[in-house]
Amino acid sequence: MTIIKRQDGTNLKIALEGRLDTMTAPELEKELNASLDNADTLTLNFADLAYISSAGLRVLLSAHKVMSKKGGMKVVNVNEIVKEVFDVTGFADILTIE
Amino acid sequence: MKEITVHATVENISKVTAFVDEQLEKLACPMKAQMQLDVAIDELLGNIAHYAYAPGTGDATVRFDFDEAARVVSVTFLDSGVPFDPLVREDPNVHASAAERGVGGLGIYLVKKTMDRVDYRYADGKNILTIQKCI
Repeated sequence: MTIIKRQDGTNLKIALEGRLDTMTAPELEKELNASLDNADTLTLNFADLAYISSAGLRVLLSAHKVMSKKGGMKVVNVNEIVKEVFDVTGFADILTIE
Repeated sequence: MKEITVHATVENISKVTAFVDEQLEKLACPMKAQMQLDVAIDELLGNIAHYAYAPGTGDATVRFDFDEAARVVSVTFLDSGVPFDPLVREDPNVHASAAERGVGGLGIYLVKKTMDRVDYRYADGKNILTIQKCI
């Protein structure tokens, strides 16, 4: 997985390429832990994300909890596979998905 | 039947995924089913890597079978770790709010929902978990 980070003021945008799984979820968690203090909003771009497993969901949930106390988090450009994972696990009701 | 045996570590999950993907590509498996199988491998092998041999380590064997007539893929995970039936666990509440939510049990729940069949048995000192997907 590749993490592409862009910060416009306090708007943090992170694009993920590849697979958000057991191996790679800790990399995203580390990046978010280092970056979220300086962000009011977070946009996660999943256009090039192939799939997500529960290890990735765990990281998204903790980021969502942090950002819901600030300007919020949204996930954009979700593919069919990732959408199914969000739907099945109820994350579609928790996350803001555009 | 084809199989691969790896040291059950998080780092080796991608080796097993590549092995299974190679078989699936020969069968012209639809991309969606392949991704669902890849997610299932991540969940099941991740569990073995984290829990089966803790605090030690051990091997996992993954077998690939294909029923040509029915077009059903079977992937079987074998480990010699502590006996553990992931299917007896109660399903997580997927309607809980973010605040109330843990993520425990979500992985195996996801596997149950995206595969056509999941079976567990313990035999000859091994956990044997088989997932099946109609392609």
